[in-house]
Amino acid sequence: MEKITTHTGVGIPLRRSQVDTDQIVPSRFLKRVSRTGFQDALFAGWRLDPGFVLNQEPYRTGSVLVAGSDFGIGSSREHAVWALRDHGVKAVLSSRFGDIFRGNAGTQGLVTGQVAQSGIEALWDRLERTPGTRITVDLRAREVRCAGLVVPFAIDDHTRWRIMNGLDDIDLTLGLDDAIAAFEATRPGWRPRTLPARHHPATAVTPARRTAG
Amino acid sequence: MSGTLAEKLWEDHLVDRGGDGRPDLVYIDLHMVHEVSSPQAFEGLRLAGRAVRRPDLTIATEDHNTPTTDIDLPIADEVSRTQIDTLRRNAAEFGVRLHSLGDADQGIVHQVGPQLGLTMPGMTIVCGDSHTSTHGAFGALAFGIGTSEVEHVLATQTLRMMPFRTMAVTVEGTLPPGTSAKDVILAIIARIGTGGGQGHVIEYRGSALAGLSMEARMTICNMSIEAGARAGLVAPDETTFAYLAGRPHAPAGADWDAAMAAWAGLRSDDDAVFDTEVVLEASDLEPYVTWGTNPGQGLPLSGAVPDPAAIVDPAERSAAERALAYMDLAPGTPLRDIAVDTVFIGSCTNGRIEDLRAAAAVMNGRRKHPGLDVLVVPASARVQLQAEAEGLDRIFTAFGAQWRNAGCSMCLGMNPDRLQSGQRSASTSNRNFEGRQGDGARTHLVSPLVAAATAVRGTLSSVSDLDGAGESELAALDGRTPIQHG
Repeated sequence: MEKITTHTGVGIPLRRSQVDTDQIVPSRFLKRVSRTGFQDALFAGWRLDPGFVLNQEPYRTGSVLVAGSDFGIGSSREHAVWALRDHGVKAVLSSRFGDIFRGNAGTQGLVTGQVAQSGIEALWDRLERTPGTRITVDLRAREVRCAGLVVPFAIDDHTRWRIMNGLDDIDLTLGLDDAIAAFEATRPGWRPRTLPARHHPATAVTPARRTAG
Repeated sequence: MSGTLAEKLWEDHLVDRGGDGRPDLVYIDLHMVHEVSSPQAFEGLRLAGRAVRRPDLTIATEDHNTPTTDIDLPIADEVSRTQIDTLRRNAAEFGVRLHSLGDADQGIVHQVGPQLGLTMPGMTIVCGDSHTSTHGAFGALAFGIGTSEVEHVLATQTLRMMPFRTMAVTVEGTLPPGTSAKDVILAIIARIGTGGGQGHVIEYRGSALAGLSMEARMTICNMSIEAGARAGLVAPDETTFAYLAGRPHAPAGADWDAAMAAWAGLRSDDDAVFDTEVVLEASDLEPYVTWGTNPGQGLPLSGAVPDPAAIVDPAERSAAERALAYMDLAPGTPLRDIAVDTVFIGSCTNGRIEDLRAAAAVMNGRRKHPGLDVLVVPASARVQLQAEAEGLDRIFTAFGAQWRNAGCSMCLGMNPDRLQSGQRSASTSNRNFEGRQGDGARTHLVSPLVAAATAVRGTLSSVSDLDGAGESELAALDGRTPIQHG
């Protein structure tokens, strides 16, 4: 994972609240088995509209997305984070995030900074008044700087530390293998196991056929 | 120490306490896997030379991408087929149990766990799917995770997480005839909003919940995520234990007694404090439908499309304006006047046998509205078999509906079951987001009863709108006849 302590890039004002992950990546892109190459999927529905902010210069190449409240609600698809990352977005600022999206972003080093709605509005004003305005997201100071404006943002300590150090969670957890094994030794034996498999009696399933409506 | 059920479950699974802003390490009792959110996770394991730590706590099924017809033939969509084949290869390589298309235990992952008896009280359960909250109905802590977390669980059988806050949603009273669990959860989400549960685990409680079947509780817990909560749960009771007893993986004999002793303590203490509390009166409920593009934009069916100009909050107002433009609805239109093209009955929210029985009770002896497409998709192959054993399939086809094989289907339109742009559905699924059921498609979320009544009349309708819908028919619609096994 790439280490980030500060990032500076063009801010993208996304004046929409409750942006769900179905909008960030429509489901038809979820059939892929790769983890990269999702830039074409980002906001694929909305990008059909030439007026959409990501279709306009100089926002097209922006890297700091400033969104309305409840960004990333809905589906758990990590593809939403991959698409933002593949497009070049390094940080998303919003007054509130969907929990799963926020967790996914942390695993991929995408900064999710929680900014008060008044701060979001102030950033939108600056980004729209002077398109191409750059925003600095400073993880060390937990603040956003933009054209003389300084706004604090919240991010949990662990995620911040991991992003600043480019660390992978699995490596960290494998270091606790003894604790995991010790916990496993205390689990009651009646907890279910999927193997060996147990079933209802085997029964043939009749294939459905498409019928005329 | 007194605590809420969610806090007790958390404590019971703590491998390592973080502290100082570091997350806790939590043990996962059951990890469910499907084809969409797992290929990149298995690839990650392969690249790092890692194994699946506990294949015996892992189960996979094919659901999101699978066709609901011609399941005996090769999957026509090449990209879908590749994804399914990838899951099959990964399951074989890493030793994970997989229920493939055509297998009687194939189906939507959130139906497969409960029906096999793998979902039990007191467990931690995860899956790379946000509707994993469904399993909370059994008094388990169950939530959706992303692909990197799927990889983490495969490799370590644990997750790193910050503790949740807790919310109590208390529903008192009795549901009026013609309403169901779906109306309860749509009303809750309309009340607290799509972000209202953010950061919380919701515990649903109260006399209304106590009177609901396991399947109804699953419907409610399923949509916790639509209120922003990662998990929702209900304390286990006799209804829970009766559902579990005799299922393939349920404990038996002395194990059952030991499990029951452990499960008896699974409830929030009387003096437990929740961070947030919400109370709802069930007897006030009406059938709910959504009018907008998120599940919080819902109203009683007797209402009308709201006027955004009357909404005070600017962000809510602009969201409502966008939603109405997308939905092509005018403020003030009675919801009952909205005509649909398609009715979809299915999904992990409402594709279970009780849902199908409720829909069939309405459709029995009636005929669908001309020109309407009606799709009935069981949540699992086992539900399909049960419905066919009860003759429900014949009721559906006589009504003019299409009876299909199991899967996620039109809930998210990853398979061929999609709406065309501009088409409108009444759907028993869980999300009415823009484009969810197909690019440009418009979705109204409804209960199975409203879906069936809508299929009869062609416009959003409740059972009480139907000619000849008497008390006896309504009384027969609670769908609580126990599921027959085998």
